[in-house]
Amino acid sequence: MTAGVVTAEWTKIRSVRSTMWSLLAFVVVAIGFSALVATVISNTWNDPGSHPNHVELVTEPRAEQDRGRVGYQLDVIVISSEYSTGAIRSSLLAVPRRIPMLAAKAGVFALLDLVVSAVTVFAVFFITTAILRSHVSITLSQPGITRACIGGILYLTVLGLFALAIGGLIRHTAGAIASVIALVLVIPPLIGLIPGTIANHIHGYLPTVAGQLIGQSSQQPADVLSPWQGFAVFCAWTAVLLVACGYLLIRRDA
Amino acid sequence: MAEPPGLIEARELTKRFGDKVAVDNLSFNVEPGRVTGFLGPNGAGKSTTMRLITGLDRPDGGTATIGGLAYSQLSKPLTRVGALLEARSLHPGRSARNHLLFLAQTQDIPAKRVDEVLDLVGLREVAGKRAGGFSLGMTQRLGIAAAMLGDPPVLLLDEPGNGLDPEGIRWVRNFMRQLAGEGRTVLVSSHLMSEMAVTADHLVVIGLGKLIADCSTEEFIERSSERSVLVRTPDSARLRELITGAGGAVQGNDGTDGMIVTGLPAPRIGELAASASLVLHELTPRLPSLEEAFMELTAGSVEFGKTESGTVGSGTGGTP
Repeated sequence: MTAGVVTAEWTKIRSVRSTMWSLLAFVVVAIGFSALVATVISNTWNDPGSHPNHVELVTEPRAEQDRGRVGYQLDVIVISSEYSTGAIRSSLLAVPRRIPMLAAKAGVFALLDLVVSAVTVFAVFFITTAILRSHVSITLSQPGITRACIGGILYLTVLGLFALAIGGLIRHTAGAIASVIALVLVIPPLIGLIPGTIANHIHGYLPTVAGQLIGQSSQQPADVLSPWQGFAVFCAWTAVLLVACGYLLIRRDA
Repeated sequence: MAEPPGLIEARELTKRFGDKVAVDNLSFNVEPGRVTGFLGPNGAGKSTTMRLITGLDRPDGGTATIGGLAYSQLSKPLTRVGALLEARSLHPGRSARNHLLFLAQTQDIPAKRVDEVLDLVGLREVAGKRAGGFSLGMTQRLGIAAAMLGDPPVLLLDEPGNGLDPEGIRWVRNFMRQLAGEGRTVLVSSHLMSEMAVTADHLVVIGLGKLIADCSTEEFIERSSERSVLVRTPDSARLRELITGAGGAVQGNDGTDGMIVTGLPAPRIGELAASASLVLHELTPRLPSLEEAFMELTAGSVEFGKTESGTVGSGTGGTP
């Protein structure tokens, strides 16, 4: 793999308006929604019955589902749109070896996700803490806060790769996005409904349930895994999907 | 490398899609320095073969090499092979220039080459526009620009004339002749027989995924048994009787249009006329057109045959 292949992947991403709009929407939705939630909580701080866990409000990936929803759509689109438009033929004629192509795409996208997530997570942190300043003081030096912020960035970055792999496996944008939504939003709460410790463990090891732990500033009683264990489980899921994606890229006709 | 870089070799290529054998034990060479026409009825496997050569599809058996190497083994493949496969091989939201730019970047081709190929195909004016808004002809030109980006010694063009106006078709024809004249290998598939007859030096003809012919264009036409003789005579009724009596067949009208005789060679017709003291105004042996030869030689290999009432279906390989 040459530097040119990596540069080309970046050119591909930046030269399509829909990906740039998705990125912008991700940042705007994430920051705007968090600021809105913080404002509402601030205004209702002293209402009876309101006990927001303020530390987690700021750092837990509470709005992650919403941020992520936009984010992983983009990652799915980055690969599935190549198939649905036929652009994959041009890409593979230029870079016929599937694994270097996938590696370049995943690498460029992970870096882009990392930067955008870092900007977003820290923007969310500083904006929400500023809104809530009159009620509570939260700083990066408090226990678990920095880890949770960095964890949120890592979670979103790996979530991007997770979605990218599914996009490469399913190859149809709508089907791939539906699958990611099912895996991230539908299946976890359903399994969470099943009582018993076995179901609880299965739930705890689901990719995004495990992955989100690293974005929490403190361990919850129901959590099966520690934050870093959870992140490792999420990374393992993602790695398996990426390997499957690479294998099928080699096996399948383009 | 022992192999010349421009030589394409297909060896026992086989590709199945489910139960259907799309390419069946196909072997042929494509030599540099000439235009090789790749012909076959719809569904014959032309596009699939080109996809196998470029590694987009995995063969179930056999190999395809370019200069002795599989496509996936080529480093900077766009500088070795330029391919125009399906025209819609691009993201509709990306501009023509950015499409070519990212392709150039993968091969470390300088960005100024992008403008050169845009000029070459006459798309400079619209280079910044989204390719999704292009007409089929413009998309086709963009595909040709992409194929020429790496100035490759080998060109694979699948139906390059699709969607082009007569001027564009003529441009592509001259362009291919020029490329072959420069010593490059040009493999071009087409269903436009009249176009192929004036463009291709050599033909690879397939039907139902099997090789039917691999020979020069003249040889292919001569191989056809469909010879005929144009005859004009003031006494057509008598000559017609003599010809049918001798086992020939007469098509076409009498009179000034003359008649087309098949099944008898011209000398025999002349002898028949002389023996009856008939005057002949014309006696011209005719070679079939490439189209006639093609129709005859591929008659058993048409995937979607014609029924009494007409065509029952059409292939996916191209637009009729």
